[in-house]
Amino acid sequence: MLASLFVDAFRFIPDNAHFLLQKTLELAELAFTALGIAMLIALPLGLWLGHRHRGLFVALGVSSLGRALPSIALIGFFIAWLGVGFWNIQIALVVIGLPPILTNTYFAVESVDADVVEAARGMGLTETQILTRVELPLGLPLIIAGIRIAAVFVIATSTIAGIVGGGGLGDIIADQATYGLAGVLAAALCVSAVALLAAGLLGLAQRAAYRRMAPSA
Amino acid sequence: MSGWLVGGGGPVIPSFGHASKCLKNNGWFCTGWVHEHWGDTLQPALVQHVKLTVIAVGIGFVIAFLLALVGFRWHVFDGPIGAFSDVLYALPSIALFQLLLPVTGITTTTILIPLIAYTLFVLYRNIVAGLNGVPADVLESARGMGLTRGQTFFRVELPLAVPAIMGGLRVATVATISIATVAAFLIHYGLGAPIFDALGMPDIFRTELVAASALAILLALAADTLLALLQRALTPWNRIR
Repeated sequence: MLASLFVDAFRFIPDNAHFLLQKTLELAELAFTALGIAMLIALPLGLWLGHRHRGLFVALGVSSLGRALPSIALIGFFIAWLGVGFWNIQIALVVIGLPPILTNTYFAVESVDADVVEAARGMGLTETQILTRVELPLGLPLIIAGIRIAAVFVIATSTIAGIVGGGGLGDIIADQATYGLAGVLAAALCVSAVALLAAGLLGLAQRAAYRRMAPSA
Repeated sequence: MSGWLVGGGGPVIPSFGHASKCLKNNGWFCTGWVHEHWGDTLQPALVQHVKLTVIAVGIGFVIAFLLALVGFRWHVFDGPIGAFSDVLYALPSIALFQLLLPVTGITTTTILIPLIAYTLFVLYRNIVAGLNGVPADVLESARGMGLTRGQTFFRVELPLAVPAIMGGLRVATVATISIATVAAFLIHYGLGAPIFDALGMPDIFRTELVAASALAILLALAADTLLALLQRALTPWNRIR
């Protein structure tokens, strides 16, 4: 039964290629806008807190509270409050994406060897230069790892937006009555493809950042 | 693993006829409703949610540990097992629940299989990283002391990997509590049930949504704290001060 379902799903993909592509683009728009906003907020905040060695409590608290928030409850809350809409779902997705980026950025900068930072300060680098030329390059692999986790979370959660009619591939996944199980599976495979592609690209970026850190390795 | 059948249990519709002012205005948190329906709605859902989480994380941990032993002992398998758990994690949970429904029916098994699959993603990576993270000079001194391969594993590598393993267990438990709420989209079980009941009402029944969501968040934070304390108890040598 499962085998024939996969056959049907793989038939559904070329038969509805245009529709699936449109829904995939909608999902990408939902997910990557939210990821971008989350990065705009979390990266500067994490860099600053980590550089000042302040706000350990904030970084840890945000990360554990962020992980504890059930995405469906979060989306439900914003819809009960503001109604269905692109930006209301954006808020929920940004809240999902923020914690891993903030925590990883904070610890990436915070855990840079104090001797290295001291040496840079001794060489006369300003605080901004220390942050951008020393701490940022050294912490980059961990920061990208945080963005990678956030990307997978946000892409997965954006399908949940479909339950409330939020658009994207979730619309198909949450509507088995219209598209059938084959349609649901086909859409799920598209979501996985987007998630794996994003995770794979960020994984490559992470590896490149490691190599830049230790050119001899 | 045999699941049990899950009963229907319809939504608890507030009777607006003799309802309080708070309920009539669809307030965010009407304490009267929470008191009244703690016993018939919220508490049973909470107990079901705890059951789901304990079983899913328990089984997931055993599978992840065995897989990690394979990946740790034979490094060739590490890449493929890791990639496999990545692919499992990338599948959207709502889709996975729907795909299993015709196979395993309206039972908790349908909820548990995806939950277990998702825990593998976090647990496998953390256990292998913990075991591989033991410094080479520590292993060297273990060998110098005449410890066998088995003794080295149980007395040196495993204890030193405990923080990484417990870290993974904490993330996996919290994630499981969160993902389990989504399962109620299909199967009326756990804390997701009152959440979806509330979402299904014309104007979204805010009190039920907020009360059930708050319970899910509190459960996650409580589980996280409990595991953090367990980690402290298991690694007395890490207690500085």
